[in-house]
Amino acid sequence: MTAGPFALSKNKDVQERHSVLQADGTIATGAQPRMEEEFLLEALRWMMKSRLYDTRVISLQRQGQFGVFSPGMGQEASIVGSAMALDPTRDWIVPQYRELMATVHHGLPLEIITAQYLGKIGPARIPDGVRVLPTQVSIAAQLPQATGLAWGLRLRGEDAVVMAYIGEGGSSEGDFHEALNLAGVTKSPIVFFLQNNQWAISTSRRVQSATASFAFRAAGYGFPGVQVDGNDVMAVYDVAVAAVERARKGEGPTLIESVTYRMSFHNTTDNPSRYEDPKEHEEARTRDPIERVQKYLTGLGLWDKKREAALTEELTQENEAALQLAFAAPAPVPADVFANVYDHPPQRVVQQEAELLDGRRD
Amino acid sequence: MPQRTIVEAINNALAEEMESDPLVMLLGLDVGRLGGVFRTTTGLVERFGAERVVDTPLAEASIIGASLGLALAGMVPVAEIQFLGFTAQGFHQIGPQLGKFRQRSRGRYHCQVTIRAPFGGGIRSPEFHSDAVEAQFVQTPGIKIVMPSNPYDAKGLLLEAIRDPDPVLFCEPDRLYRSGRAEVPDGAYTVPFGKAAVVREGEHITLVAWSAAVELCLRAADKLAEEGVSATVVDLRTLVPLDIETLCNQVAKTGRCVIVHEAPLSAGFGAEVSATLMEQIFYDLDAPVARVGAFDVPFPAASLEDYYLPSLDRVVAAVRKTLQS
Ligand SMILES: Cc1ncc(C[n+]2csc(CCOP(=O)(O)OP(=O)(O)O)c2C)c(N)n1
Ligand SMILES: [Mg+2]
Repeated sequence: MTAGPFALSKNKDVQERHSVLQADGTIATGAQPRMEEEFLLEALRWMMKSRLYDTRVISLQRQGQFGVFSPGMGQEASIVGSAMALDPTRDWIVPQYRELMATVHHGLPLEIITAQYLGKIGPARIPDGVRVLPTQVSIAAQLPQATGLAWGLRLRGEDAVVMAYIGEGGSSEGDFHEALNLAGVTKSPIVFFLQNNQWAISTSRRVQSATASFAFRAAGYGFPGVQVDGNDVMAVYDVAVAAVERARKGEGPTLIESVTYRMSFHNTTDNPSRYEDPKEHEEARTRDPIERVQKYLTGLGLWDKKREAALTEELTQENEAALQLAFAAPAPVPADVFANVYDHPPQRVVQQEAELLDGRRD
Repeated sequence: MPQRTIVEAINNALAEEMESDPLVMLLGLDVGRLGGVFRTTTGLVERFGAERVVDTPLAEASIIGASLGLALAGMVPVAEIQFLGFTAQGFHQIGPQLGKFRQRSRGRYHCQVTIRAPFGGGIRSPEFHSDAVEAQFVQTPGIKIVMPSNPYDAKGLLLEAIRDPDPVLFCEPDRLYRSGRAEVPDGAYTVPFGKAAVVREGEHITLVAWSAAVELCLRAADKLAEEGVSATVVDLRTLVPLDIETLCNQVAKTGRCVIVHEAPLSAGFGAEVSATLMEQIFYDLDAPVARVGAFDVPFPAASLEDYYLPSLDRVVAAVRKTLQS
C-alpha cells in the first residue's frame, strides 16, 4: 500500500479529490489504479445491475406495486466500489438506505431486501451469516452502533472491518460526530463512507456544512479523511481498499467523502423540480459513473453495444427473478404486528395479540 | 368564508403571523424552497426571505436548542421537526431543556418557542415516521401539548401557540392534512388552550380523543347511531393544559366513557384521562372507563399499520362492551 490517498489529507486548505477514471473515460495522469480489467468488468456488472433494478422498481412503485424507495441512481460507483473493498466472509456493512446493491454484493439476497420494500416481514429477514445490518431510516442512528460493532469485533478478536454508510445530510446529526469521535478514541476498525450526493431531500449540501470538504472533519477526530470522485469506481475502490487495510492493521478509522450526485430524487414521493436547478442536474449527467467505465472498456476493446445488450438482458432477468421471488413470498399477516418484539412478551402483549387475532377482548 | 384544509390553515396562520410580527421566524428541514415535506410552509420563503424561513442542517437537537437560544435573543421561532418521531434526536432539548428553562433560571428567562411536527399512522409512511409519542412530553412538564384535529382549530391553536410565552409542542395529524376543507377565516383568531370541544352530543356514551382519533370517533359515533346508540365526542384539543371540567362534565352526563388514541395503550395519555375521571367523578360512572389505543409493540411496517392502529371495529366493540357493563 502506498501512502496513496491518505497523503492528500495532509493539505489542510484544499482537499484534493482522488481520481482515476475521469468522466471522459480516460485514466488520470499518474494514477495507479488497483482495479484490474477483469475486476472493472465485475464492477460494471454490479453498477448496471443497480441502475436496472432502480429503474424497474421506480416503475413498479409508480404502478402502486412497490413501497417508498430511495434509488441509488448516479451513485453506483460509490455504492459498488466501496462494497467491493470488503470481504463478505468477515467484514460488515452498516447501511443507511441508499446502498441497496452494496448489501446485495455483500451477500444479502436481492429478493430479501426487495421483500422488505414490499412490506413483507418473515421473507425480509436478513439470513444468518450475512454480515449486514438492516437499512436505517432514522438518520445517522446507525453510526454509533457501527462504531460499537467494530469495537466489539476487535474485542472479540475477530479480523473484521465495518463499512458504515452515511449521507452528507446525515453527517450533520450529533450521532455522526459522537460516533466518529468514539471510533477515533477506541481506534476501532471502521470505515465511515460518506456519500455526498449534494442533497438531503431538498436541502443543498451547502446548507449542511460550511466546510469545503466533509473529509476535513476527520482531523477533528484524530484520523484520516479523504475525498474521492464518487462517480469513479476505480478511485472509490482505491480509497476504500486503503481504508479497509488500515482498519485491518489496527490503525483505526477512516472517513471517506465520496463526491457524487443524486441523479433521481430523494425517494419516490419527492419531486426535485421544486428545488433542483436543471442545469446542475444536466451537468451531473455528464459525469455518469457507468458511462465512463463503458467508454474506457470500449477503448480497450473489452466492451461494445452487443456486449452491453447481452449483459443488460442477463441482469434484467436476474433482477426479475428476484422480484418474482419477493412478490411470491408470503404476505404479512396480522400476527406479524407482534412478531420479533420480545423474546418473552409480557402478558398484556400476549392478550393484545389474542384480541387482534380472535377479535376477543379479555 | 374561505374553506381550507389543515395544511392550508397552517400555512395561512404562519403567513399572517409572520406578516404581523417581524420577529416570527421558521426553521427546520426543507421548510424553504420545498415548502416542507407536506407543503405546510409553501410560498413562505419566497414571501419572507431565507433569513426568516430557514432550511437548517439535518440535526433536530440543534433545531430545537437553537430555537431556545433564538427565543432568548428575542426572536419568536417556530421550529418544524419533519416527523414527530424525530423529536427523539432532539428530546433532551425539548423536555429537560425547554421545559425547565424558566424554572432553572428562577424566572429570569422564558422560551417562546413553538415546535410543529406532523405525526400519526394511516399514510403508509416509512419506519419511525408515524409514532404517536405525545405522552412522552406530558412527562416533561413545562411544555404545552397541542393536538388539533381540524382546520379551524389548527389555525387558531397555532396562533395561540406562537403567541404563548412558554414552549409549545404542536402535533399535526398528517393523515388529515388534506382530508377535507372546513371554514377557516382570514385574519388572526385564537383558540384558547385548555378548552376541549364537544364535537357531538349524545346520551349513552362519551368518546374522548384528540388529533386524528377524533375523526375515528366521529365515524364510530355514526356507526353506533345506526344501532340506536348516541355518543358524545369530546376533542381534548390540548393535553397540557387538560380541560378537566369539560371532560368530567361530558363523561358524567352519559356515565360511560371510551378513550381512543393512536399511541400504544400502556401509559398513553388515555391512562391519565382515565385516572382523572376516577378521581373526579367515580360515583357518576356506570361502567369502567375503557381505552382503545395502538398495541404495546413498536409501530410495525407500513403494510401492517391497519392492524396495529385503533380501528373502527375496535372502537365500536369497546363501546358495546362498555354499554353492557
Ligand atoms: C433523524 C431524522 N430526521 C429526519 C429524517 C427525514 N429524512 C429522511 S432522509 C433525509 C435526508 C437525508 O439526506 P442524506 O443523509 O444526505 O442522505 P441521502 O438521502 O442523500 O442519501 C431526511 C431529512 C429522518 N429520516 N431521520
Ligand atoms: Mg445526501
